[in-house]
Amino acid sequence: MTNKNIKQKETKRKILKRKRPWYEYLWIWSIVYFALGFFNILFAWLGMIDFILPLIFAVAGGNKWFCNHMCGRGQLFWVLGRNLKCSRGKSAPKWMASKWFRYGFLAFFMTMFGSMVFQTYQVFAGAGSLGKAIKLFWTFKVPWKWAYTNSVFPDWVAQFGFGFYSLMLTSTLIGLIVMALYKERTWCTFCPMGTMTQGICKLKNKE
Amino acid sequence: MNKRKAVPDKSICVACGVCALQCPRKAISIHKGCFAVVDNEKCVGCGLCKKACPADAIVIES
Repeated sequence: MTNKNIKQKETKRKILKRKRPWYEYLWIWSIVYFALGFFNILFAWLGMIDFILPLIFAVAGGNKWFCNHMCGRGQLFWVLGRNLKCSRGKSAPKWMASKWFRYGFLAFFMTMFGSMVFQTYQVFAGAGSLGKAIKLFWTFKVPWKWAYTNSVFPDWVAQFGFGFYSLMLTSTLIGLIVMALYKERTWCTFCPMGTMTQGICKLKNKE
Repeated sequence: MNKRKAVPDKSICVACGVCALQCPRKAISIHKGCFAVVDNEKCVGCGLCKKACPADAIVIES
């Protein structure tokens, strides 16, 4: 073998053996999250991490480092879509990445989030009772009563859990559908968190 | 010789960063969370980023 060949082989080995940082495995977290919420809905609260962290990165750092490196959901779509070949890999329709759809979806998502918080408030205020069910696509009620019996927390805590879990599951399902139909991470084009953090970054960058 | 290179459209880019992860030469960075920027010195126009981009914001030009 020539010297050049040996050198090439060495580089190849280095590339293959590149140590992956821990945050490249966060797709596992996405799966673990839904598994935990299946057994106890209080774990749904952990999803707030995925809401707050990107905002901290955007507001404090002015970047989308969370989306770019840490988003477990995006990674999951990549693992399923590219590595396990569950995606057609076709281009998504143009309107899906358009401004009006992105901001429209963000507005819709925030409205739904708000109504979920209001429902939680009603349980807190005693005007509503705890519904042990999750709602898929904001429409279909699925009984989920095994995930909660009683805890040291008041009922509204669990109500928020059910509501938040519904939101996370619904958005992941939408993401999985567009992953299968179009590109692996098509969800990213209209992900409300992505739209929000990019908006914040653009505002910050203007100054 | 024409050099092929990736050209991102920053008006469409959603700054998700998939292109940067795919780039074998680390030629792409996300500029301040706003859009992808390609380093023309490093880009070889392989098109891996274009294939991954969910917003179809990248074209390969020569």
